[in-house]
Amino acid sequence: MRQRTMVIIVAIVLVAGVGAGWYLTRPIPKESLIVSTTSSLYDTGFLDFLKTNFEKKYPQYNVSFISQGTSLAIQTAKNGDADMVLVHDPTQEKAFLTDGYGVNRKIIAYNFYIMVGPSADPAEVTGLGPLEALKKIAAEGPKGDAVWVSRGDNSGTHSKEKALWKLAGLNLTVLKAQKVEGTNNPWYLEAGTTMGATLQLANQKNAYTLTDVATFLKYSKSGSIQLVKVVDSGKDTLNVYSAIACNPAKNTRGKYEVAMVLIRYLASDEGQALFRDYGVQDFGLALFKPWITTLKSNSDPTLIQWVKDYAYIEGSDCPTQYRLNAGDLYG
Amino acid sequence: MSWQPILDGLGKAAELILSGDREVIELTSRSLQTAGYATVMAGLVGLPLGVLIAMRQFRGKRFVKTLFNALVGVPTVTLGLFLYSLLSRSGPLGFLDLLYTVPGIAIGEAILIIPIVVSFVASAIEAKDVQLRDLVRTLGASELETSLAVVREASSGVSLALISSFNRAFAELGIATMIGANIRGLTRVLTTAIALETAKGELGLSFALSFILLAVVLSLNFLVSFLQEGRLGRQGWLRLVMGER
Repeated sequence: MRQRTMVIIVAIVLVAGVGAGWYLTRPIPKESLIVSTTSSLYDTGFLDFLKTNFEKKYPQYNVSFISQGTSLAIQTAKNGDADMVLVHDPTQEKAFLTDGYGVNRKIIAYNFYIMVGPSADPAEVTGLGPLEALKKIAAEGPKGDAVWVSRGDNSGTHSKEKALWKLAGLNLTVLKAQKVEGTNNPWYLEAGTTMGATLQLANQKNAYTLTDVATFLKYSKSGSIQLVKVVDSGKDTLNVYSAIACNPAKNTRGKYEVAMVLIRYLASDEGQALFRDYGVQDFGLALFKPWITTLKSNSDPTLIQWVKDYAYIEGSDCPTQYRLNAGDLYG
Repeated sequence: MSWQPILDGLGKAAELILSGDREVIELTSRSLQTAGYATVMAGLVGLPLGVLIAMRQFRGKRFVKTLFNALVGVPTVTLGLFLYSLLSRSGPLGFLDLLYTVPGIAIGEAILIIPIVVSFVASAIEAKDVQLRDLVRTLGASELETSLAVVREASSGVSLALISSFNRAFAELGIATMIGANIRGLTRVLTTAIALETAKGELGLSFALSFILLAVVLSLNFLVSFLQEGRLGRQGWLRLVMGER
């Protein structure tokens, strides 16, 4: 009898103890914000950095970043599962605005894409411009001297890559179907995954690929890849990041105001400083460049014009009909 | 193949466990939570269902049994995709706000493992002599009492069903990824963290988390087996609580 009572008492104490512990350690309810993003901001660790700083300033918010690749990020936002997007494909961004899903687009940062490849450089493209390099790779590929890895996932980087092939006057459908001489393997590979994983694939295959400089530096430094830069940056390889809030009229999560807080933060001096500083300590240079700071200081008019030509929509960050109570967001 | 990452992983696993690394504890506890809730839910639904299917005679019984056996192997990404479309805000169940949450993942995993519970329980009960059921019935037991008696006799099969489905849910990646999106601090679990670290090229950390995952699963399984067959004997603990000496 005594033993049985003891067991029952122990059980009750355990349940009570666990219940109390659970209750005492429950998190204080914070308002949550969901941001769907491109993979390059995430793979470099920048978003963790942003989250820490933003939540330090605004402890009542809990920001969740879902890194999916530009195309899926925009789809998630359209489904109403995210409150804003951070992406880098002006064409898809414009459609997001004109389809009525996005408002208050703000360009916040930029850097460049580069082409990387095996250090032996069998296709001999080092030092060429991006378009010449692509033509050379397309010529060498079928001979077995060059392998190309594409993102293949409709991401911002993938869109840029497709645009470059087009500018070089090459037809991707034809290139994708080509096989290396004497084998049944294509030389144009499609990874279908994030930038980081794509770089690892290219590393494994000793292939060339297009990457944003930030992700490349991060993976290079950690020693995961041994690829080297072969083609440097220029006007054609500009990479521009924007933030767009989901239109509250279409989005049912009701976090529009919080999204605007984050967008204003990114556009503020404090937010811009995050872009300016991230990476300097570990890599010796900033992985992303603060756009608004650059624009205000007018330190590089040529570059500023390039960004405007590439990423402006109808003469500004965001055409007036897609602005919503923007206040002083657009100066 | 280089053994370095595996050795790194062993070392890191020990380091993470001994130092009580907060993030690892968070990941493990979240994995346990999702799998735990999933097993409880699946048990509540699957057990009665399995008993019913095993004990009743009805038209299409073989079809139903085969169906559940087949559903054990449903591809998790497909189930995950299906649930994602249902739970997304643009889908019919969006108002439940379950996407990107731990309960959402738990429900997804529960749906995944219900066929496992049903199949195992039904087989376990059918393995029991049909004369047992008749005997209990002739002793005057009601439907419910008969079912309880049969379940008690088949208890090792039932606990096998539950522990197997827990293992399955704990090791689940596809559903956790599709419904949870691997959000740090919110829905990241051991399996999704392993996938992420591998994609990042952090193989040492991946192996470390994998060893921790295996350690947790093995410990739990040994614990359950001990409670069943160990010092306390088969159902010794049950007899203890019920007052027998």
